[in-house]
Amino acid sequence: MSNSNTKPDGAARLGWAGVRRHPLLLVLPALVLLILIMAVPLITIIARSFIDPVPGLGNYSWFFSHKLNLIVLWRTFVISFWVTISCVLVAYPYAFAMSVAGPRLRLILVLCVLVPFWVSGVVRTLAWVIILQDTGVINQFVIWLGFDKLSLIRTQLGVTIGMTQVLLPFMVMPLFAVMRGIDLRLIEAAKSLGSHPVKAFFQVYLPLSLPGVFAGATIVFILALGFYITPLLLGGPSSTMLSTLVQQQVMSLLNWGRGGAMGVILLVATFGFLALASPFMRRKYDISGGSK
Amino acid sequence: MKDFATKAKGAAIDIKGVSKHYGRFKALDDVDLQIQPGEFMSFLGPSGSGKTTTLNLIAGFTDLTRGEIRLDERSIGNTPAHKRNIGVVFQHYALFPHMTVAKNVAYPLQQRRVPKPAREAAVRETLAKVQLQDFAHRYPSELSGGQQQRVALARAMVFDPSVLLMDEPLGALDKKLREFLQLEIKRIHRELGSTFVYVTHDQEEALVLSDRIAVFNKGKIEQVGTGMELYTKPRTLFVGQFIGESSVLRGAHVEDGGAAVFTINGTPVRAARPAAGEGAHVILLRPETVSVHGAASDAPEGANRLTGTVTEALYLGSGVKYEVTIPGGTVISARMANAERLLTIGEEATVAWQPQDSILLADDGSAAQM
Repeated sequence: MSNSNTKPDGAARLGWAGVRRHPLLLVLPALVLLILIMAVPLITIIARSFIDPVPGLGNYSWFFSHKLNLIVLWRTFVISFWVTISCVLVAYPYAFAMSVAGPRLRLILVLCVLVPFWVSGVVRTLAWVIILQDTGVINQFVIWLGFDKLSLIRTQLGVTIGMTQVLLPFMVMPLFAVMRGIDLRLIEAAKSLGSHPVKAFFQVYLPLSLPGVFAGATIVFILALGFYITPLLLGGPSSTMLSTLVQQQVMSLLNWGRGGAMGVILLVATFGFLALASPFMRRKYDISGGSK
Repeated sequence: MKDFATKAKGAAIDIKGVSKHYGRFKALDDVDLQIQPGEFMSFLGPSGSGKTTTLNLIAGFTDLTRGEIRLDERSIGNTPAHKRNIGVVFQHYALFPHMTVAKNVAYPLQQRRVPKPAREAAVRETLAKVQLQDFAHRYPSELSGGQQQRVALARAMVFDPSVLLMDEPLGALDKKLREFLQLEIKRIHRELGSTFVYVTHDQEEALVLSDRIAVFNKGKIEQVGTGMELYTKPRTLFVGQFIGESSVLRGAHVEDGGAAVFTINGTPVRAARPAAGEGAHVILLRPETVSVHGAASDAPEGANRLTGTVTEALYLGSGVKYEVTIPGGTVISARMANAERLLTIGEEATVAWQPQDSILLADDGSAAQM
């Protein structure tokens, strides 16, 4: 900086020379936009949860002193957990098939995941209403087989099925990205070293694909926590999720403070979950390591 | 201290009438090959010639279309890969990226339920053999290509397999490292006593390493023999051209009492050996059997002679290398130990060689593609 050519005036610092010296200036516009549309509303929510209608912790003590709220919070986590598990179970073999398929079959498989994704979530959920309802396709088939009709709609099971379908792409895509990078010769290597193919899968392929599982599971779980439409349409009173409570407080009772408090509680819980999950997402090795 | 298995002894591999078809493409077409116990056998050939297919069939990665493979008299066609007890070193090493070097090498022992103390001792001993004992706790991505290759070798031999298969294991390394590791592999072969099968498209590598070489071409084995046999007595033009340097002469030819006489540019050229097989023939010349002379009178007595123009003249220190183009465009390479004077490019010269150095082969047209 002691160079005599350096002009210390403000104009030069913000000009191209300044950008070259401080390349981070380039992200400034995006940063400003992000603060306006993300940080400001978030801070407003947090602030109002403490001051609306009167300053203090009233909204939080209301939340934790009403058993129903705690039941719904717990249920939100339980449903999100099962949705995540079902997404993993469905997406894993699917993503594997995508990663080993030829280019044409792969395209078809990708489209099968993405086309429903492009259809509005409301439309897809309404489709599930038709499929799952008491007189729907599944129950007609079950009754035709001679069994009692199943309670699918307005249950947690129905909510889980619907949410799994809606969230599946978020699981398939990160899994596929990781699986595509796994060298299948590793399985052959494991076999040649005396490992049964099933063991080879669990000892070699599964550990290498876990980063994809964790990435997808985190996205699905966090998205599931805030789901509104699907649980509303497919669920009943016994499967209300937190977002429905927020909606009631804010839209029906105009209780902005309580709604804000619930939002903050969900946010803190999500951060807690991320903190728990992060040790599993770190890797000591480079996936392409032995097979450059 | 490997008390879990007796010292490995190489197994005999008997390949009988083996074919592998992919749809209508014959990757391997009715191949027979006997590999002796403890032998170092190389599969040499251009890409797509069937050498890797044969290796995969022995390893059990692909199924036979027809034929039989026996390991020490035991047919292994229905034995799955993980029960064959054959070590494989892959072209790109295929090390497990999520395991350390030590865990990679311990993997085959773990599959065999070798108790921990014996396992650790064997891993240490094997890593010492490939001079990687200080790298046991590194991950593969933290090693250089040559080091990864040696880990792959250690992993493939730690369980004392009777057969070790290697699929172009040095293909991704630079020349100097490759030459060093060739000697390492040869030393390890002597120490282990296992049967080694080595796939390569590099004829020099095959010559350096192997007891015998099987030359593959278009899904068939053209010839099996020691490096010397393949070099001095190739049975086909393809083999003659694939192994070492060579020049090919074509011309009208007649049989003359147990010898063949060619007419090239109006000059008679003799081959002492009788022609092998039917049809058109060619003469294959090795550069070290050919001499180049500035004056026709300097050529040795009784030698075949052709005149042409010097188109390349290289001084190599230990000798000289010439390329002489004869009328008609055929190029003859020559390598001579010494010369009083280096001929210059453009000079008229006489190439000469003894009739017994003319290697007479059936013309399979492979010269055109080389």
